[in-house]
Amino acid sequence: MAKPRVAIFDFTGCEGCELNQLNFEDQLLDILAHVDIVEWREAMDGHADEYDIAFVEGSLSTPDCIKRIHEVRRKAKVLVALGACAVQGGINGVKNTHPIEEVREEVYGEDKYLFPTLPALAVSSVVKVDYNVRGCPMTQLEFLKVFTALVLGKEPIEPEHSVCVECKLKENECVYARGMICLGPVTRAGCDAHCPTVGQYCTGCRGLVPEPNLKAMEEILVEHGLNVDEAWKRLQLFNANEIEGVRS
Amino acid sequence: MSTNLDINVKHLTRVEGHGNIVVNMKDGTLEKAQLEIVEAPRYFEAMLKGRSFHEAAIITSRICGICSLGHQMTSLKATEQALGLDVSEQTVLLRRLLVHGATLQSNILHAYFLAAPDFLKVGSVFPLVGSHPEVVVRALRMKRLANDIGDVVSGRAVHPITPVPGGFTSVPSARQLEEIKRRLIEDMVPDFEATVETLKSLAAAIPQFERETEYISLRSDDRYALYDGDICSSDTGRVDDGEYRKMTNEFVVPHSTSKHCKANRTSYFAGALARWNNNHDKLCDLALGAAEELGLQPGCTNPYMNTIAQVVEAAECVTDSLAIIDQLLGDGLKDELPNQEPTRYGRGVGATEVPRGILYHEYEYDRAGRIVKANCIIPTGQNLGNIDDDMKKLVPEIVDEGKDAITLKLEMLVRAYDPCISCSVHMLDVEFRD
Repeated sequence: MAKPRVAIFDFTGCEGCELNQLNFEDQLLDILAHVDIVEWREAMDGHADEYDIAFVEGSLSTPDCIKRIHEVRRKAKVLVALGACAVQGGINGVKNTHPIEEVREEVYGEDKYLFPTLPALAVSSVVKVDYNVRGCPMTQLEFLKVFTALVLGKEPIEPEHSVCVECKLKENECVYARGMICLGPVTRAGCDAHCPTVGQYCTGCRGLVPEPNLKAMEEILVEHGLNVDEAWKRLQLFNANEIEGVRS
Repeated sequence: MSTNLDINVKHLTRVEGHGNIVVNMKDGTLEKAQLEIVEAPRYFEAMLKGRSFHEAAIITSRICGICSLGHQMTSLKATEQALGLDVSEQTVLLRRLLVHGATLQSNILHAYFLAAPDFLKVGSVFPLVGSHPEVVVRALRMKRLANDIGDVVSGRAVHPITPVPGGFTSVPSARQLEEIKRRLIEDMVPDFEATVETLKSLAAAIPQFERETEYISLRSDDRYALYDGDICSSDTGRVDDGEYRKMTNEFVVPHSTSKHCKANRTSYFAGALARWNNNHDKLCDLALGAAEELGLQPGCTNPYMNTIAQVVEAAECVTDSLAIIDQLLGDGLKDELPNQEPTRYGRGVGATEVPRGILYHEYEYDRAGRIVKANCIIPTGQNLGNIDDDMKKLVPEIVDEGKDAITLKLEMLVRAYDPCISCSVHMLDVEFRD
């Protein structure tokens, strides 16, 4: 069997997910043994005309991004969104909550029309996405799972339970009990509750679980005397597109 | 001999972010030589405005995956100054250790993965897996250890978790630090020496080009300045970091979504070469020995030598990391809670040497502890003017070498600065106009 041809692309984002791929120091040589990397601007010269798997990082936020993502989709058999920006719009989505003219003017002043911009979109709102690797940055463990499944011709499975489940399995003290806001109850698992485990709150970077019970989250917040508005604001940070219009 | 030249390198490879090199020469007259920054703007001000001080560092670390630690440190320092939050000596030591880990990681990544392929005339590091396996394995081992410093001390090397305003949410164990120390001594020091040998054999591939410019870095009386210091210009000496606006003077140019900077001339150099030129007297013996081996002299004016300066200062990161770990272990690690009780609400400035140069963050907070104004100035933005000025001097000097050779030298020039274009564009977006 020929090795799968893999290409990696970056759109609007910080390239931290790509960097995390170069950070597989222990596995990188094994990964390279199982695939041919045919295009990856951050790490190599050259372009390819087609590929079996395209990994796409970043959200889409300029006319040029839209043009490029259609081209990537045409040439790719399988398209995987990599990280919060690509999967759900991520942190870039926050700008969508402000009037676009105001945002542009605040940054570039009278030069604002020099640089075109659009609302930041998830890749799946423009082209079909086959699989997701979530997180900000993408969860390395999840990347290896998805990668291995694809190379073996199997279907990657996406977790549908919340971060709280993993946090309980780690036997962590509940973040609410420590007096902090936490987004674990409505956030999709798969990170092994890494942030709560090292003493931080869950920032919701992996996106919402399917059908999140946001009402129940509000109740827990109130029960612990925490600020409900602030919690919504924090949920917006990585999920502005997902929660748009949700809170009445 | 060609006196007409039309070079357009779209989406330059092996740099962080999206940039184009554009050079036009007509009848022997250079009409254009510039690095166009075409990275999509992200408008970070929308994310910071109105956000709690708990979130500022979480947000700004997302500006750049490669410099996330640097953004976080700088953001925390600005927030702590604005809110009057004192931090413990242990916190400062752990942060200095983190800065060393991040600098090591980035400098090694740049030298081996992004710059070295040019020296060996290949398109990426991947062909070297077959042709120079021991070099690639060594690079990966060095990078792993540098990242492990980040993972152990900050919870995650990319977008760190545990550093928060006022301290850390959790601290590493003595055993984890002892293990890092053992690997620094047993693996990193020999690997560093081997790196110097490898680079020495490739040094002939570094282009000869000189252009004297202004060099700006932090400077400290106590040590080779990375985590903190005054701003130091090779032209005009030291000023307090609170006066950073005088040393940067940002302005918009049409060919770049990232703003340019200047201080006393049309452009200045920030980054490892500026740190070397201003602070070589503060380096450890391992670093000075490497500099001698690799032909890096004080007062160096060849921008291509920035890659060498990055490798030289990597030795300082190793030596000082060992000293910091010894001090932490000697004092005994304390399970401290972060100090998050503001004593004031005002303005604060943070300045840190990150791999590509000085990073500045400035915030102003309201009485609810929410950001009302932020300004962040990124090293790559500071270097863009200097890169353009280099190109304008370089192209006429090498115009007879043919288009392919000229293009390669221009690409290598840009790569030597190790630009972080995401950062430069994304951070420029954090400015609120008064």
